[in-house]
Amino acid sequence: MSINATLIGQMITFALLVWFTMKFVWPPLYQSLEERKKRIADGLAAAEKGQEEMELAEKRAINVLKEAKEQSADIVNLAQKRANEIVEESKDAAKKEGERLLVAAQAQIDQELQQVKENLRKEVSSLALNAAEQILSAEIDQAKHQEILNKVSNQIG
Amino acid sequence: MATEAHAAEGATGYIVHHLTPLSVGEGFWTLHLDTLFFSAVLGGLFIWFFKMAAEKATSDVPGLVQNFAEMMIEFVDSQVKDSFHGKSELIAPLALTIFCWVFLFNFMDLFPVDLLPMIGSMMGIEYLRVVPSTDLNATFAMSISVFFLIIFYSIKVKGPWGFAKELMFQPFGPWLLPFNLLLKLVEELAKPISLALRLFGNLYAGELIFILIALLPWAIQPVLSFPWAIFHILIITLQAFIFMVLTIVYLSMAHEDH
Repeated sequence: MSINATLIGQMITFALLVWFTMKFVWPPLYQSLEERKKRIADGLAAAEKGQEEMELAEKRAINVLKEAKEQSADIVNLAQKRANEIVEESKDAAKKEGERLLVAAQAQIDQELQQVKENLRKEVSSLALNAAEQILSAEIDQAKHQEILNKVSNQIG
Repeated sequence: MATEAHAAEGATGYIVHHLTPLSVGEGFWTLHLDTLFFSAVLGGLFIWFFKMAAEKATSDVPGLVQNFAEMMIEFVDSQVKDSFHGKSELIAPLALTIFCWVFLFNFMDLFPVDLLPMIGSMMGIEYLRVVPSTDLNATFAMSISVFFLIIFYSIKVKGPWGFAKELMFQPFGPWLLPFNLLLKLVEELAKPISLALRLFGNLYAGELIFILIALLPWAIQPVLSFPWAIFHILIITLQAFIFMVLTIVYLSMAHEDH
């Protein structure tokens, strides 16, 4: 159990092993580890970014939906209002038309009444004249008493 | 050490046989061939596996090999980042190498104690000690290399004068300079020694207990060696982890200016 030249041999072996590890083993393995670490970190970051973007898009979609709803509500309100107006307008128009028709009918009625009265007056006067003529044909001169007869027929109307 | 007496029967002979390395050479220039061989093979295994993972490394979905390699890399990297705040190209790969290599050393302990030596003896190899971390040379080789790195980084970061100042004037100020120097030297020297001896001691003791269990009657052996092996799974991982963490801590201390 003595220290001897084996020590030197072992030291040389050891030095070679360490040199080899340092030169050819450690760097590539370590580099691949670092690269993988970086790739995983990048992947995670990308995933996070995707998530954020999705949330943003969702928010935007909600906003758009809300706006669309508001707009459609506005349109419906407007349409309702317009419909009410149209109904009112048509009501007015109908009323006016009715009144106009009424007035026209009244006028016609008046006119016809006037006509009838006129005709009646003429008939009565002619009838009365005729009757008077019949009764008074002997003594009353038609030409003389025309005026009186007219007055009478007027009183009838 | 390697004499014919060890071939004799008896518990002592068995134990000594198991703890004798396969060596060539004399005196300081002795080489423990088994330690050198197994540590090189295990180092090769480590390099082969991680090189395979590194070549196929992609940032796409990783395969099984890459997954495991990345798990190790992340584990070591988090340990390094916990205690070392500077920037260094060396420390993390060094820590990875230490952890895996020491773990593989220690893992050899889980092979049945007689298996590999028996195969060795069939091939005409008389002695075979399969766990490199039961050889002080293997543990000291790492801890002394770490020690050199500590010195190197201390000088590199603080400058020669800064490092010398730290050795001389801390912790008690310039008036107790010799005392400071002594304290600091002991502190610095204790680092590699404790690193190496901790690992060696744990694994040597663990191996010894396996050997002792192997001496018991065969019916009792599984009852003891099974729990000990399970416990040892914890030990070998823990020792590898401790060696790695302490290396990181020592090197980060070398980087810090007090």
